[in-house]
Amino acid sequence: MNTLAVDGGTRPDAPAPGTVMMGPLGEVVLKAEAITKVYPGTTALKEVSFNVYKGKVNVLVGENGAGKSTLMKIIAGVEHPTSGRILLDGKAVVLSDTLAAAANGIGIVFQELNLFPNLNVAENIHVARELTRHHVAIRHREQEQAARVLMQRLEQDIDPRALVGDLRIGQQQIVEIAKSLSRNARVLIMDEPTSALSATEVEVLFRIIAELKAKDVSIVYISHRLEELTRIGDMITVLRDGRLVGERRIADIDIPWIINSMVGARGKSFAAPAAHAPGPVVFQAEDITRAREGGGFLVDHVNLQVRAGEIVGIYGLMGAGRSEFFDCLMGRLAGCQGVVRINGKPAAIARIDERIRAGLALVPEDRQRDGLVPILSVTRNMTLASLWKYLKYGVHICRDREIQAVRDRVNQLRIKVANIDNEVNSLSGGNQQKVVIGRALLTDPKVLLLDEPTRGIDIGAKGEVFQTMRNLADAGLAVIFATSDLDEIMAMSDRMIVMSLGRITGEFARGSVTREVLVSASAIGHGTSGKQPVTRGGGTAKENGGW
Amino acid sequence: MVMQARGVMPKRGGNVSIKMLLLNLRTFIALLAVVVFFSATVPGFLSEANLIIMSKHVALNAFLAIGMTFVIITGGIDLSVGSIVGLSGMVAGALILNGLDLGPVGYTIYFSVPEIIAITIVLGAILGIFNGLLITRLKVAPFIATLGTLYIARGAAMLSSDGGTFPNLIGKAELGNTGFPTLGTATVLGLPLSIWILIVVGLGAAYLAAKTPLGRQIYAVGGNERAAALSGVRVDRIKLFVYMFSGLCAAIVGLIIASQLVAAHPATGETFELNAIAAAVLGGTSMSGGRGTIGGTVVGAFVIGVLSDGLVMMGVSSFWQMVIKGVVIIAAVVVDQFQRELQRRAALQQQ
Repeated sequence: MNTLAVDGGTRPDAPAPGTVMMGPLGEVVLKAEAITKVYPGTTALKEVSFNVYKGKVNVLVGENGAGKSTLMKIIAGVEHPTSGRILLDGKAVVLSDTLAAAANGIGIVFQELNLFPNLNVAENIHVARELTRHHVAIRHREQEQAARVLMQRLEQDIDPRALVGDLRIGQQQIVEIAKSLSRNARVLIMDEPTSALSATEVEVLFRIIAELKAKDVSIVYISHRLEELTRIGDMITVLRDGRLVGERRIADIDIPWIINSMVGARGKSFAAPAAHAPGPVVFQAEDITRAREGGGFLVDHVNLQVRAGEIVGIYGLMGAGRSEFFDCLMGRLAGCQGVVRINGKPAAIARIDERIRAGLALVPEDRQRDGLVPILSVTRNMTLASLWKYLKYGVHICRDREIQAVRDRVNQLRIKVANIDNEVNSLSGGNQQKVVIGRALLTDPKVLLLDEPTRGIDIGAKGEVFQTMRNLADAGLAVIFATSDLDEIMAMSDRMIVMSLGRITGEFARGSVTREVLVSASAIGHGTSGKQPVTRGGGTAKENGGW
Repeated sequence: MVMQARGVMPKRGGNVSIKMLLLNLRTFIALLAVVVFFSATVPGFLSEANLIIMSKHVALNAFLAIGMTFVIITGGIDLSVGSIVGLSGMVAGALILNGLDLGPVGYTIYFSVPEIIAITIVLGAILGIFNGLLITRLKVAPFIATLGTLYIARGAAMLSSDGGTFPNLIGKAELGNTGFPTLGTATVLGLPLSIWILIVVGLGAAYLAAKTPLGRQIYAVGGNERAAALSGVRVDRIKLFVYMFSGLCAAIVGLIIASQLVAAHPATGETFELNAIAAAVLGGTSMSGGRGTIGGTVVGAFVIGVLSDGLVMMGVSSFWQMVIKGVVIIAAVVVDQFQRELQRRAALQQQ
């Protein structure tokens, strides 16, 4: 196994057998044909076809939950399609696992880094394909040399012996890319590779991509940063709600086209705006600040006021500090400074149970990690934060009261559950999310915080979650939600806040801005964003500003 | 699902298959099986005297296993209980024989037996809290923290008497500390006192697990610590409580053993922690946390206790006894996994 060759491509056994698939941009190396993927409760992909052109950058875009990551996982052998097939050089292949995909020359750089923090850079790059003497002893020096060559090629000054856990996130991203390069991938999938990179690192990455293209390596590039796509992409494929919307040459389209295709002209079932004026100020956050380890701020002196009956949306890119801001408010993150007031009263003690008592409740972004206790029943999950409400004699949980409370919420939120004593894991994503929302509501909050409330749930459930948010606001709650979905924020919020690098970089009233303004505000402070083609004001507002 | 005591039919309506029911009742069925087997093979196995002796044996392990169950439900482990058993017995013995020497003042305080029992139980609880603080404040892994306490408490027990035994713990009338043996030998309404204590502690623990916020939060911490914390559960406090309770249970066992023997030996309780873990696991407690019931654990303790006493009475060599015990524990866990898979599928189907 010669992993020293890092030229990535043109393997001697590569030439296409039989039919060469052709498309508008030349030869198609890999074709996903009519892929459907069904998860319990939701259909992630419906009959999606996707072409990867040889030696081109094939861009894949879509909103969160559109099915991009699922499609890539299928191509990389992580997931298996419910129906449909993958053609490689015109031949159907079964990618049973990542090893099979790698053997076929398909490499992937995942959005979540798949590195071992306890191993060093060289070991990570060669993991599971170690250079060995007689399959026993690892030839460390050669592995390190290979890693060094890769790092030179990536123009990075990273020691092959450094522990990956000690590297910055951006450097880890580079290691992940080097790992794929070392595997001589013919098709290299990059899922949001720039999300954690600095401006100079992004430039290096783009140079590498150009180099790879010249060597006939096909790149599949996924990103939310639209300006990047138009810069390096050759071909663009748009997914929406698990379906294929269109495939175009990048040369033929512009950013408004991308946005329109991603969002569509469909009437997403967003709730109607508030019918009445908001009430008094319920929630005040003053100077919320949290330092970042190694300098700078995660949350940088954020001030925010929200009125009863108001829905405030917070938009921002990954790492903008939205979740950290919420964590500070809930007392979940140690070392936060600033004052939180509910109805004018300061919530002094920064501890979660105290903040819940003060009237705050958070629906976390990562439902599996922070929201649910998977092995407990729906009932037990839902009442966990409000057990004090069902007590008799101060210690005894009254089962009748508890069940009544759960039943009420199940009906109110329209949670589809066969039996409230079933494990919460048996529910679909949308219903699980509603269980988490139900738990928050049972604490009788005055301010409801929702972090990416529609992540990973299907379109129907999304509409219901939005309607619930609106109903709650109408009932007098202050609702604050964070999202990275432009559509959601523009449709759902009475007021929009944009965050970037921990700071509030924009505040807009409902209907007063275009997507472009929001996007550019969310990029303030990011190196790469200076050149993006933003049309401030009226220009594109007509075609996009329907909300 | 989690909270069902083994041996209670799940409230699922009519669609529960016989298979599921049998699986749910498996620890109970195992107990029935060993009882039937030994009563057929060992003469006099079911005699009243023998049943009471066996219950007294089982009770000791059951106390430890109840404390252990809470710890394991939170996702932890407590290896120190056996040593705390030994140390508690030694402390009680020393207080009866030698009193508390106030050193420079020149006085020695002799406590009454109820006071000594209270002091010893508090000491057990403090050792448990020590474990809990190591785990929550200093972030030591439960296995290591309690392993350390295992050695410390055992060493302290040995030091207290230079490795010797405190004999003849009957106290002196003039010091007002007689009556210690009552704890281990008295009977109330025909049942030994230690069994009554087990009934009280067991029912209390089962109530706590099933019906109180504290119990709910213990399960939540074991099921998903982060989610529990975000729901306002004070995770550190919950952990402190379970280790404290485990230490307290161990002190009770130390007192009962010392009282039954009317002597305290520092090596008492060695490897008791392993029996306690075995009973909990046999009763359906999951080592990864979040699952387990007090009822199941008590039945599990009975299975182990009846099995070892029965094998002794049959004259099976102690070496084979160990092998058989090991096989039973592994089989129990395998069946447990099988049941969980079945249950998961049933719930998905229902959905």
